[in-house]
Parts: sequence; structure tokens; C-alpha cells
Amino acid sequence: MLKAMHKTGLVFFPAFDWAIDPTHPEREERLLYTQDQVMEEGIFDIPGIMEYKPALATPKDIQRAQFCVPDEETITTESHLISAGGAKVIADAVMGKEVQNGFALVRPPGHHSMRVSHGGRGFCHINMEAIMVEYIRTRYNVKRIAIIDTDCHHGDGTDNIFWHDPDVLFISLHQDGRTMFPGTGFPGELGGPNAKGSNLNIPLPPGTSTEGYLYVINHCVRPVLDAFKPDLVVNSAGQDNHYTDPLTNMNFCAQGYAQLTTLLKPDIAVLEGGYAIEGALPYVNLGIILAMAGIDYTGVVEPDYNPEKLKQSVSITDKIKKTVDQINGFWGQRHQMREAAGNPGELQVRHREIYYDTDNIFERQKERIRICRDCGGSFEIDSRAMPGRHILAVHIPINACKTCIEKGYAFFESAPAGTYDQIYLMDRPKDSYHTK
Amino acid sequence: MIIGLDVGGTHTDAVVISSNGIEKSIKVPTESADLFNTVLSGFTRLLASIDPGRIRRVVISTTLTTNAIVQQTMEPVGMIVSAGPGIDPEFFRTGDHYYAVSGSINHRGREKAPVNENQIQDIAGKLKNAGVEYVGVVSKFCVRNPAHEILIKRILNKYFKQVFLGHHVSGNLNFPRRIATTHLNAAVFALHRSFFEAVKKSLAEKGLTVPIQILKADGGTMSLEASMHFPGQTVLSGPAASIMGAIPYAPAGQDAIVLDIGGTTTDIAFLVDKAPLLEPVGIQRGRYKSLIRSLRTDSKGIGGDSALRVSGNVLSIGPDRQGPAMAFGGPLPTPTDALVVLGLMDTGDREKALAGIHTIAQALGISDEAAAENIFKTCCTIILKKTFEMIDQINSQPVYTVHDFLEGYKLSPRKILLLGGPAPYFAKKIEDLYQIDTLAVPESAVANAIGAALARTTCEVSLNADTEQGIVTAHEEDFAEPISKTFSEDELMETAYNLLREKAINSGADPENMDEVEVVEYQKFNIVRNFSPRGKIFRTKMQLKPGLIKGFDKMLHQRGNHAESNA
Repeated sequence: MLKAMHKTGLVFFPAFDWAIDPTHPEREERLLYTQDQVMEEGIFDIPGIMEYKPALATPKDIQRAQFCVPDEETITTESHLISAGGAKVIADAVMGKEVQNGFALVRPPGHHSMRVSHGGRGFCHINMEAIMVEYIRTRYNVKRIAIIDTDCHHGDGTDNIFWHDPDVLFISLHQDGRTMFPGTGFPGELGGPNAKGSNLNIPLPPGTSTEGYLYVINHCVRPVLDAFKPDLVVNSAGQDNHYTDPLTNMNFCAQGYAQLTTLLKPDIAVLEGGYAIEGALPYVNLGIILAMAGIDYTGVVEPDYNPEKLKQSVSITDKIKKTVDQINGFWGQRHQMREAAGNPGELQVRHREIYYDTDNIFERQKERIRICRDCGGSFEIDSRAMPGRHILAVHIPINACKTCIEKGYAFFESAPAGTYDQIYLMDRPKDSYHTK
Repeated sequence: MIIGLDVGGTHTDAVVISSNGIEKSIKVPTESADLFNTVLSGFTRLLASIDPGRIRRVVISTTLTTNAIVQQTMEPVGMIVSAGPGIDPEFFRTGDHYYAVSGSINHRGREKAPVNENQIQDIAGKLKNAGVEYVGVVSKFCVRNPAHEILIKRILNKYFKQVFLGHHVSGNLNFPRRIATTHLNAAVFALHRSFFEAVKKSLAEKGLTVPIQILKADGGTMSLEASMHFPGQTVLSGPAASIMGAIPYAPAGQDAIVLDIGGTTTDIAFLVDKAPLLEPVGIQRGRYKSLIRSLRTDSKGIGGDSALRVSGNVLSIGPDRQGPAMAFGGPLPTPTDALVVLGLMDTGDREKALAGIHTIAQALGISDEAAAENIFKTCCTIILKKTFEMIDQINSQPVYTVHDFLEGYKLSPRKILLLGGPAPYFAKKIEDLYQIDTLAVPESAVANAIGAALARTTCEVSLNADTEQGIVTAHEEDFAEPISKTFSEDELMETAYNLLREKAINSGADPENMDEVEVVEYQKFNIVRNFSPRGKIFRTKMQLKPGLIKGFDKMLHQRGNHAESNA
């Protein structure tokens, strides 16, 4: 009898009445054929697969993860809130042990949305995974979380939000930033001074096929996960590595996605990008669902799948092996790298420039973080958006030490009045959010 | 005058209704081994004092197909399925004669792999040799393009008595359920046909020659001729009959709960503005899941004859029935005995009922009166708890648009309609306990037959228009027409309405009872490839809602109120 080996929860929210604009890839039609395939396969009739109705995420949920400028309401639509709320519902189902794992098939996506969000970039306004992870940490007191981003674009938003957090391991596999939006995610990007090595970026050459992806999972991601020992594994399940995706240049396939899911064993998967809506998404999503539920997926093969055509060249294989060796080297030296990153108590400064392609905004940031051996370290971000506002955002991490908590309040209180349009304080230990 | 006859598990009920109300009602025991005789004796008694020439409509509801499924007396059927990519079709095996074949159609209805005609010929030979006479053919996504099913049927036609195709079953997507449903239609076809041909012949001999209508699980009717293609739709028409019988008493413009309290189980259903709520996909009972349109009902194993037991100071009710109440000579105390002890029911042997309730009272360490009261209250609580769970479940059903998420309909019933033998006794108690207006439906003992008599013809059409491919289809109706790039929502709705009307007339609908058309679903999508629009996809489902035929419900309602005040 057909039955899920692992009880699996699904939130399916295709937002059939929401688009960024009518011909944008992020549009109403995107999950239509996925829905057709999932319905025709009778997925929701399989014992052990439960469908949940999404909920609405609240401003409070977003304020645990992100500073929305000027506020949450201005930069989101209901669809964003339902999408983030869908991830939250899955989190509750998994954490409450109603199901063993869960997949939020929601849109719009979120992984390009950063700690400070002035609007839309890379089709993302708020970060679904980050909002969900912070919700889980506060509500269920989970300490160590791993987020594996398998979208073809560098998950720069999630990377940024957890940049200074040693308790959240963030790994992104993506097409090389020299050939792809957002143009970041190189191996040397390893996280902030207090969290070096807890962010791993694995760029893959265009043309990487199933062989290459599974090599990275088996020889890098899996061993790193085994060493990190997370309490929870989250997969940002982008589906644009597919060989038919119109926005990327990779050669991954539905079988590969299903195998990757089997290897990663995510507790929670959240849909990210993927724009080959007819030829890829129906099969990739079906493969992921079956893999999560522990049901045989060998029959899930694209009608036009031809492994001979998709074989990766020897030079690509070599490049991938070199990258994996390099990343494993960084991982092995993460403790030494943190020691060498700076002296405790000092403030380290970083300047960044961020372009919002969806909303055409340019942002300049100056970030100052307290070097700390006891926690992730409090930091402030001076952010000026053009067009937009000039703000200061102060973050006190969830496991902050006493000194960093004090430093966070000092950042907030000593900020010169009149300089900023708004000053924000995110106090994670107290689960509070203030503006002035 | 019209006739409704409902063959139930234990009793068969029938009524003759005129515009003045119920002219005659009878109740006879069901002979499950000889349903034909049961139906016939029902009609014989009904027509004893009524001129068959005055009868304008006959609706029959039977347990024929339900029994065939339960007793596994269905005909062996050959099934040929083509799945393409996805879950292994072996999981959906219906029996020995089940073949998964090559061929594949995708979600847009495009052929991705052809049918292998030699393979089909080969299977036809094997089925023929095995003595199989009926075959079902189902291909994945046939509702988007039935070409493979039609081609396979052409090859099979000359070998078999009848070939049933998946795309005729429903416009809904769900391949496993389509396989099960197609199989069911093929497997009960011969039984259904011979039964109803015999009924038709016998009624004609009695002078009753009006077309016979058959009740379906969705609380609507179809003509005898239409039922020959989809005999599976008659499954579980019994609960539907009762629920339809409650509609005359339902509030207009409001939601209501219908509870049919039987001997062993209580059926629970919901009405929205006098129309019953339907299952979103199709009937499901336990592991059996189908695409058969059905009222949304659930049942709880609790009724007037449920066995009462006490273990460790805790009272349990049902879910089994060990026989009638002790007041009527049964072996174990039941809720009915409690009603007798409380003096609410004045039939049966009160001494015996008291003896039964006394054992429960002793085990609980309370007085007989308190025990009876406790039993009665617990029954109400269990039934209502299950009802509220169903309401929560209905209201937490997933939705797929922002609009539905924010503004979707929430079921919030303000009235309860009770059916079944013990209904009058329960009504006041439930009203006291839950402060919800509760009415025991008058004539509730034959509400099922009334429901059958008054049920109007229902049907649904599903359309898919794709302007990129230039076609609008309703494959369930064997309909496909070319369309232009400028095809609009108005044109879609007009096409849907015409198809629905035609389907309704073919199913025996009276043109006067066809104004309750409802658009169940409507979606429109832009097809965009490489950042430029290529066309549009429109989808709609339109139905004739289940409900009552005109001209009878008012009279019945007046009579109902009258009967109620007499009680």
C-alpha cells in the first residue's frame, strides 16, 4: 500500500492571484502546473501526508529577523505574509511532532531579502526562512540550526541575516556569482568575525549536472552537517538549477533534487526560486515531496530527460572538486579563523553596497560589530537607501552575553538624534523591537 | 404526484407526495438478499390505493452498489492504465486484471509518449482469455487530453461488452481516484443494469411508465439511462436521501447542521442556504477514495442502539450495536433504554429498560435516574463534539489564492435539524446543552423517502480553455472546440452554461428546475514564456446545485409545522 514512511506536512500556497507584474517570472501561473501534477498524483490522499492551511505572519514575526524600512506594512503585501506564515505553520507542525518533516510550497520567495530590507530585491521583500528560524528559536528554544540553500542564486539575504551568528550554519550552493545574480557567494565569504566558517558559500560552474551537485552534498555538505550537529535542518529549496530553467545555466534534474533531499534529510523545506514552471517544477516538486515522505520516487522523471545530453565535462568536475577541497579546508580552520578575526571588545567595521533589482533601490551600509568570544556580538547598521531613508538598525543576538546586551543598548541610545529618519533596536534575548 | 423510495440497510421507506403534502408513506423491512423484491413490494403497497396514471415522477435510492462493494460481489474488471512520470501505478492496482501500459500525457494535455498499440492488443487477448467482459481505461491527465483513452478503447471495443473511460468519470484531477472510480463503474455495471431493467419492466406492468430517476450520492438525481454510464454514482445515496429530506426545514440564507441519528450511527452534514455542502473531490470512506460527487457527510458510531458499557467508572457508548434496546428485547442497555427510563419515550418494555440502566447506574455508583440522564447527555455531547470538529476541519481547508485566504467563506451554523427515530427526544436536550436552535424534522421517519422524491437533477461541467493551444475543452462531456486568441471569460461562461444545460437535460432534468446554476470555480492565468505573454488559461467548474424541485417544499413545510405543533 502507498504510505508515507515519514509523516510529512505540506503547505501549498500558490497565490494564484498575486504577481510582481503580469509578465514577471514571479507570477500567478508559477505553481499552476505543480498544483496540477500534485493533484493528479493524488498526493493529499496518501496516508501520512497532511496538508495545512497557511497562516498570516505578523509584523512581530518579521521583527525577530529583519528591519523593514520604514515598516513591515509598507514593504509587504498579504501574499508575503501568507508565504512567511506558511513556513511558520510547517514549523509548528514539525516542532509539535504532528509530522516528522514538512515542505512549505509557498510564493513569493524570500532568500535575497537581508537583515535591513528597504524593498524588493531578487523577487524577495521579506525572508521566509529567517522569519521561520527566528520564530522557532524563540518559541521552541532550539539552539543549533542549519540552513542549506540549494537555489541556483546565492542566498545572499539569508547569508547576510545569519552572517554573525555562530549557532546558525548557512550553506549556499549556487551558480558562480561571476555569471549570475546577485554576483556574490564566493568561497572566501565565510561569515563575520564572531562566526567565521558558519557561513559556507559554494559556487558551482555553469553546466554543473546531477553528478556535481551530489558530489558537493556527499563530500562537503553532509560531512559539515555531521560535524555541526544541528538540532534542525532547513532547506531553502530553490528549483532553478534545473536544466530547463530560463534564468540559469545548470543541468540538474528532478531525480537529482529528490536524491539531494534524501541525502540532506531536511526537517523543513521552503520553496525558493524556480521558473521552468511547466517542464521542471511539476516534477521537481513531486520528487521533493516523495523524497521527504520516504516514498519511492524513481518514476519521477521529466518527459524530455536525457542524461547523455546533461553530462558534465571533466573540467567542470575538476573545478567542483577543487572548490569542495577549498571549502572543507576553511571549515577545518574555522576556530583558528575566529581567533584571528579580531580582539574581543573591539568594534569591527564593514562597508557594503546593495542593489535592489526588483525595486531599483541602491543602499549603502556601514556596519559596526563588537568582537566577542561569548556570543554572536551586538552590531549596528547605518543604512542609507537611494531613493529612500537613512536609518540605524541595532541588533542584539538571541544568545547575547551581558556585555553585548549593554553594548546594543549603548548603540541605540547614543545614536545622534537628527542624523537618522528612524532608529531601530532588535533585542532578541527579550524578544522585543523598538523604534525611535 | 411524485414517489420517492429509499432502500436502507434495515428498512425501506417510500412516500407519495402531492402539492398538498404527503399522501401516503410506508415502511417495509429490507430483504438484503433480494432487493428487487423489496423495491417491488414497496411499490405494490404504495400503489394499492393510488392511480399510477397520476404519478409524474419516480425517484429510487438503493444500497445495491454499496452492498456489492461491501460484500465484494463485484464483476471482475480489466483495467488498463497509462501513467507516465510520477508515482508507480502499481500502487493503484484494482485486482488481478490490472495492466500499466506505456504512453504519457502531461499536465497541459500534450502527448509525451505514444500508446503502444501492440501492447494493448496483447493485453486485450489476455483479458479475453481470462473471461473478462468489462474493461476500464484510465490515462494520467486524460481530463486534459483523452486521446490515449479513446485510442485504446478503439482497439478494445470489438473484444469486450463495454469499455469505461477515465475522462468520463469527472473533470477533477486525481489519477488514483479516477482509476478506482472507473473500476467501480465497470464492476457494478452489469448488476445495476439487470436490476433496474427488471424494476422498470415490473413498474411498467403496474401501469407506472414515467421515466425513473435514480438518486446519487450528491443528493441529486439522474435518469435511469444516464445511470447506466455511471452506476458508481448511486453508492451511498441513502445518507444523501435523508439530508435532502431535511432541506424543507432549513433556514434560508443561513448555515445549518443536519444530524441523522440512526440505530448504530449518526450521520452529520451541513446546509448552506438550503443547499448541502459537497465533498471537494469525491466520496471517501476509510481507504476507499473516489471521484464520485457526494454530499459532505461523516458518521460517528453512536446511535439509539449503541451498546452501553462501564469500565473503571467510565461510561462508553458504542461504537458497536449488539441488537435492539433492552426495552425491545435486546441483550445490552442502550441510549434508547435511557430515554425510556427518563419517561421521554413511552414505547417498549420499561421494566427491561430499567433493569439494563440499573446495571450501568450500579457500576457508576449513582441513581438509575442520574445514570439515564448522564447517558443521554453524553450521547448529545459526543455527537456535537464530532460535529464541531467537522466544522473546524471544513473551515481550515487549504485555499490557493490571497483572496480566498482573506475572504473565504466560514461555515457558522445557527440551527440544527435532527432526523431519525430518537430525533424528537434529542432536540430539546441539544438545544438546552448548546443553546442552538434545534428542530426535530417532522415526518423524520420517512425524511429519506421525502428527500429522494424531491431531489432535483444535479450535474457539473469542468472546462479548460487554453488560448495558446487554441482550444476549449470539457472532455468529460466529449466536448472540444477551437477558440481564438481573444477568447474571453464571458465566452467561457456561455460555453459552460450551454454544456451544463445540455448535460442536465440528458440526465432527465426538468427545464423548470434548472435555475440554480453555480460557478464553483473560476481561474484565469496568463501564459508567459521568456517574458512575453503567449496566451491565457481559463478554468471553470459550473454545477446545478443539489436542492429540491419546485412546487412541493412549501406544502410540506406547512404540514410540517402543523405536525410539529401536534406533537
